[in-house]
Amino acid sequence: MRKKIIEFRNVSFRYGDEGPWVLKNCSFEIYENEWVAIIGHNGSGKSTIAKLLNGLLFPQEGEIIIDGEVVNEESIWNIRKEVGMVFQNPDNQFVGATVQDDVAFGMENRGVPREEMKKRIIDTLAAVGMQDYRLTEPHRLSGGQKQRVAIASVLAIAPKVLILDEATAMLDPSGRQEIMQTVASIQGREKLSLITITHDLQEVAQADRVIVMNSGEIWKEQTPREVFSQKEALREIGLDVPFVAILAGELKQAGVAISTEPLNHKELLEDLWTLHSRT
Amino acid sequence: MDITFENVTYIYQQNTPFAHKAIDDLSFQIKSGSYVAIIGHTGSGKSTLIQHLNGLAIPTEGKVSIGSYHLSKEEKPKDMKELRSKVGVVFQYPEHQLFEETVAKDIAFGPQNFGVSEAEIQNRINEITSAVGLDESLLERSPFDLSGGQMRRVAIAGVLAVKPDVLVLDEPTAGLDPRGQKEIMDMFYKLHQDQGLTTILVTHSMEDALKYADHVLILNKGTKYMEGSPEEVFSQKEALQRVQLDVPEIVQFLDEFQERFGTSIPFKKQSVKELAEAIQQQIKGAEST
Ligand SMILES: Nc1ncnc2c1ncn2[C@@H]1O[C@H](COP(=O)(O)OP(=O)(O)O)[C@@H](O)[C@H]1O
Ligand SMILES: Nc1ncnc2c1ncn2[C@@H]1O[C@H](COP(=O)(O)OP(=O)(O)O)[C@@H](O)[C@H]1O
Ligand SMILES: [Mg+2]
Ligand SMILES: [Mg+2]
Repeated sequence: MRKKIIEFRNVSFRYGDEGPWVLKNCSFEIYENEWVAIIGHNGSGKSTIAKLLNGLLFPQEGEIIIDGEVVNEESIWNIRKEVGMVFQNPDNQFVGATVQDDVAFGMENRGVPREEMKKRIIDTLAAVGMQDYRLTEPHRLSGGQKQRVAIASVLAIAPKVLILDEATAMLDPSGRQEIMQTVASIQGREKLSLITITHDLQEVAQADRVIVMNSGEIWKEQTPREVFSQKEALREIGLDVPFVAILAGELKQAGVAISTEPLNHKELLEDLWTLHSRT
Repeated sequence: MDITFENVTYIYQQNTPFAHKAIDDLSFQIKSGSYVAIIGHTGSGKSTLIQHLNGLAIPTEGKVSIGSYHLSKEEKPKDMKELRSKVGVVFQYPEHQLFEETVAKDIAFGPQNFGVSEAEIQNRINEITSAVGLDESLLERSPFDLSGGQMRRVAIAGVLAVKPDVLVLDEPTAGLDPRGQKEIMDMFYKLHQDQGLTTILVTHSMEDALKYADHVLILNKGTKYMEGSPEEVFSQKEALQRVQLDVPEIVQFLDEFQERFGTSIPFKKQSVKELAEAIQQQIKGAEST
């Protein structure tokens, strides 16, 4: 049986006692080794979920359980070892004078022994392809490189969950690719649950499952394929539909008997090829 | 206003050990009323280029002309302020520059600075809030109480309120959600058409460049790497990939289609619907043989 790592049980949250409810009765589960994308319009509550997950905020109603432990004031120090987070702005995430100091910082705070620290610095920088930059000053790095170091710093504390909250949003396309390749390779190797909050549809397509937020409620919890097949509804809640899904729709309109809901170019081309060679 | 760069070189911190050539012998022309996309990866010189358009940077070598204003080592406009009233620049994350107590005051700041009368400013505020899709009820609110998308619109309204002839946009939709991005880009396009603006868009989005621009300029290491219509530029996939740039997704798809089917559907800025029909023809073509 798959091991449950995160559970939201009927969670509601608002900022302040008078404020509007920002999350409304949200329930979901995330499993060991699973990759879940969270999408939704700006203000739909995605970052609030991330902050609840590592105890920066606490829900007024409902419960959050991480690796069997309810998140509360007493448990948060344990829980922050289990949940690592990387945010949008690459320039706001550095504390160390060199890349290696930065990776060491989180471990020092958690009392990791020196020898173990040295080993983890080498391992995690290698995991994000930044092993040659150990002694570089962070401000000399490109945006994509900074975000990779931020990911290494989080991995160094060996969390069970890694959350990327729009971590690629401020990067150019090559920086974005660097991050997604890094993340995909780590996910393949390690026992890590991955939560990516993003507007990038290609990132979403790579996830195992998607949670779609709309105005503080969970609108859908499905595979990327199922989500992208609901083109009109997605547009209504302010989201985009991938090019392949639009093209598949237009092909059906034009009388081409597409059989599947393709998730990428390759799948659509295979489908077209089958139709083509059948005739 | 026509814009011309003639052999422009720009060096940061010249005559110091840190001297850095950000623009290198760059020449191009932008016709008045056109919509130009400037593309290039980080560090290619895009932001430095656009700083020349309102005199924030003066060429180290060569000459920039914006209408009748000329910028070079030898020659600077007597009235830089006048140039800045003609060229409106929306910088990246423009909402970081909001500072007034109310939205209305923030929008009024630019035109006041350029000596526009209070009555005229009132007219413009009303006109522009609706053009950028801000509700009038927000005018007396603090800009800092608004959502990110609304703050972005306030900052843009402040630039538009000066009524520039040339609008320069440095990644204007970064960080917005898909609907916010589309609304802002459609708004700029409508302004471009209705007011006959010359629009210069710095973007990483090949899709936006394809959709809105009539001319594309690709920068690499401070030099002009490619230039032409979106069709011309984006059909050269290999050349773009050599400088780590993508092509629009439709071009990528057409390429993969050719690889799989051995026949090609040329890229000519067709809609997805037109593409679907072309594919249908190819498949049907096979049926009838
Ligand atoms: N610190 C805060 N104080 C008050 N309201 C907030 C705060 N942070 C976020 N909000 C509000 O909570 C809602 C959800 O925000 P957020 O979780 O950041 O959304 P998302 O990440 O999906 O854009 C929004 O309406 C936002 O304005
Ligand atoms: N104020 C500055 N001082 C020194 N070098 C700079 C400065 N601003 C930018 N540069 C350098 O000039 C080059 C072009 O930068 P920029 O115009 O910002 O590129 P882009 O906007 O395409 O990312 C880069 O190598 C950058 O590091
Ligand atoms: Mg957020
Ligand atoms: Mg720039």
